[in-house]
Amino acid sequence: MMMIIVDEVIEHIFDFITSHKDRNSVSLVCKSWYKIERYSRQRVFIGNCYSISPERLIARFPGLKSLTLKGKPHFADFNLVPHDWGGFLDPWIKAFAKNRIGLEELRLKRMVVSDESLELLSKSFVNFKSLILVSCEGFTTDGLAAIAANCRNLRELDLQENEVDDHRGHWLSCFPESCTSLVSLNFACLKGEINLAALERLVARSPNLKSLRLNRSVPLDTLQKLLMRAPQLLDLGTGSYVHDPSSEAYNELKASIQKCKSIRSLSGFLEVAPRCMAAIYPICANLTFLNLSYAAGLHGNALTKLIQHCNKLQRLWILDCIGDKGLGVVASTCKELQELRVFPSDPYGAGNAAVTEEGLVLISAGCPKLNSLLYFCQQMTNAALITVAKNCPNFIRFRLCTLDPTKPDPVTNLPLDEGFGAIVQSCKGLKRLSLSGLLTDQVFLYIGMYAEQLEMLSIAFAGESDKGMLYVLNGCKKLRKLEIRDCPFGNAALLEDVGKYETMRSLWMSSCEVTLGACKTLAEKMPRLKVELINDSDQMEFNLDDDQKVEKMYLYRSVVGHREDAPEFVWIL
Amino acid sequence: MESGCSKNVEGPQLLDLIPQGREWHVKNEDERRHGSSEEKKLELRLGPPGEDNWSNFKDMNSKTSNRERDESMLSLGYFSSSMNSNGKQAHNNTVLSCPWAKNTHQQPPSFLQFPSTTPQSLPVIAKESSQPCCTKAVDLQNAEKKAFSPPPANPAVPPNTSQKRTAPGPVVGWPPIRSFRKNLASSSSSKLASESPSVVPHKGSNEKAPAAEPTSKGLFVKINMDGVPIGRKVDLKAYDSYEKLSTAVDELFRGLLAAQRDSSAAGGIVNKQEEEKAITGVLDGSGEYTLVYEDNEGDRMLVGDVPWHMFVSTVKRLRVLKSSELSALSLGSSKQQGKIPA
Repeated sequence: MMMIIVDEVIEHIFDFITSHKDRNSVSLVCKSWYKIERYSRQRVFIGNCYSISPERLIARFPGLKSLTLKGKPHFADFNLVPHDWGGFLDPWIKAFAKNRIGLEELRLKRMVVSDESLELLSKSFVNFKSLILVSCEGFTTDGLAAIAANCRNLRELDLQENEVDDHRGHWLSCFPESCTSLVSLNFACLKGEINLAALERLVARSPNLKSLRLNRSVPLDTLQKLLMRAPQLLDLGTGSYVHDPSSEAYNELKASIQKCKSIRSLSGFLEVAPRCMAAIYPICANLTFLNLSYAAGLHGNALTKLIQHCNKLQRLWILDCIGDKGLGVVASTCKELQELRVFPSDPYGAGNAAVTEEGLVLISAGCPKLNSLLYFCQQMTNAALITVAKNCPNFIRFRLCTLDPTKPDPVTNLPLDEGFGAIVQSCKGLKRLSLSGLLTDQVFLYIGMYAEQLEMLSIAFAGESDKGMLYVLNGCKKLRKLEIRDCPFGNAALLEDVGKYETMRSLWMSSCEVTLGACKTLAEKMPRLKVELINDSDQMEFNLDDDQKVEKMYLYRSVVGHREDAPEFVWIL
Repeated sequence: MESGCSKNVEGPQLLDLIPQGREWHVKNEDERRHGSSEEKKLELRLGPPGEDNWSNFKDMNSKTSNRERDESMLSLGYFSSSMNSNGKQAHNNTVLSCPWAKNTHQQPPSFLQFPSTTPQSLPVIAKESSQPCCTKAVDLQNAEKKAFSPPPANPAVPPNTSQKRTAPGPVVGWPPIRSFRKNLASSSSSKLASESPSVVPHKGSNEKAPAAEPTSKGLFVKINMDGVPIGRKVDLKAYDSYEKLSTAVDELFRGLLAAQRDSSAAGGIVNKQEEEKAITGVLDGSGEYTLVYEDNEGDRMLVGDVPWHMFVSTVKRLRVLKSSELSALSLGSSKQQGKIPA
């Protein structure tokens, strides 16, 4: 007897398939599965908001509840993309509202979000629960006020490093008294003052609050009161952490912190008094994530003493004023460390940066579980990288940045080809790589040969010829995002394998050797690739000479037509 | 001899320092800091040496420099031979004769097993990539003969040929950090609207390097006083209130001011016993002098209006002016920042 599996059963099975990749695969099996999958799909991830239109999205996934959308290319973080390039949220919200999509969660990265969009969002989706904005811009605290006031079921409002115009309105006070559902509130990136009393009341009536990240305007004594109300917190971002350690308020804080036995994640310290760090010691042993990357006032003994208490740390974000010796303390204390990010405290300083290859080697020797690194350093050597590769073969993300972008190995004066080569050869699971230092085509040969799992590669001021880029395009089969600036890669490399770009999300090339003619050729051959030429925002005219080098080119695959919101300084071929 | 990179004028220091399975040891201070300041014997070619031209830091975005760079790239093929005279066979296999990835002549270092794809397969890859039509005169065939040799030290290329890829000074978007982090050191005690100059009026354009001197250890701003030709510098991180700053101003300038008065006294004997007059009332307008500052937008402001940490994050320089002359100057009114709680 033949067993027939009914659609409902298949749908139920699909409920267990949650990863985007898997659901995408499942939908390709047959028409029936495609149909079942699309109606049951609730979570969608769109890595490039211009690869598809809101209408197409809605048509395919009418049951959409949770959406992740990304807008500008990554290099926009470093001011390489002019303002107003695009990435507007508005059309999406309008389409969702019009089609009565039951949106509950929205996560945006590098998008332009207006107050109007936020207001429309807040009024259109009754079950809206979670708003996460990362590196977005275009809105003010008025938009936040709308969210606070109208989203009755809001659980999460998470603002990470956004550019927000702070009107210092009453946004926090706009949470109604009936709002008791907050689980996560992060407003650390806001620059203005906050109504402290409203904040205290809000926290007091949010028994489910697990994550709270304050901005700089919240003083230490308010922090103490908040902790009294929310000892169940898992994740805390302090506001201004400055006080007189001999004061009563500070003693009260010490007592309150001790009760917060659940805190696993600590950040903030936007303003910090080193002598007050002792209050944190009692909870350090529980911490798995510590972010001190904004605490420029914390260094030397105060810093290392703190770290010595954190022996369960898995992720550490720190400033380079920790120094190589400080990293040695990390290496001997944090044996569970998986992710390390060392940011520059003095990016334009002349050689004041306090970490070198030595610190990294110490870390690699002491923390064998390390799999994710972001390291801004004064210098790096091949020998050190080879040692690191040997000690830590588990890297998934490896991003190295020498403050001088083309600095060679200072001991040998050689390029860092061999060092990075060792990394890609040893770390077979490497998915993301950023290079810096003096580099020739050789390093790209190694990357093409060994980096089989590589998905994202960032290159700046490196290579010598088209061969470099070709090694990568030919060799890295899983490459999704390639971003290149100031490298001598040109038309030959660009046009060698135009089909490759449809297997990728996007390619960015700026200040390279690519000409207008080649871009036109590419656009002609590949209609489903959008080739954008980007000028500076005050330059509306494009030089029409085919031999003219293109300043910035951004190309991405897309299943819809040209975007209609491109500004004048963007030319889509 | 090939030249070292960047800052070195001496020859290259190709040094076999990559330990073959040995522990990497910390180099002594000297070695590390001065790297190649002494000539060291060449023991083993580790690969392409650094390139002299990359130390030319010029206008990276100029179009003329693109052309010039093209030309220097074009000359790659022709000058390579002079490079090779040094004995470096810039051939596939030899390039790999470095301790990291040994070619077939030697065993790979034990800590890095060479995969089954041997170096012999490299030419295959290289050739594939050289198939397509090249628009450049330095075609890949030519370059391939030299394998991966870098642009040689090319004396024919004038120093202002820009490789466009190097710069010792501020480069747009380098180091690659978000705006939030850029002014951290200059305002460790606060980071409010200090980012606004680069973000609000010039969104997307270059970031300004901080005008006040940022170090992770202090925020030093210049302070000048009317009637005193020599200015001072004061570390704002050493204070946490306006009162303390006011006291510091008094301490800094009291003596200097008295000295000025002495020296400007008409002729005669300088009376060193003359009491130095305290400088007071700089914050409330009650004294002979008033403290003002220039903020990050270039406006002159009265000191004392905004919370201390906000002041520290926006102040760029200080001035102690004669109170009687205040009205003659254009003073911005203190901004509303931080005044009205949300």
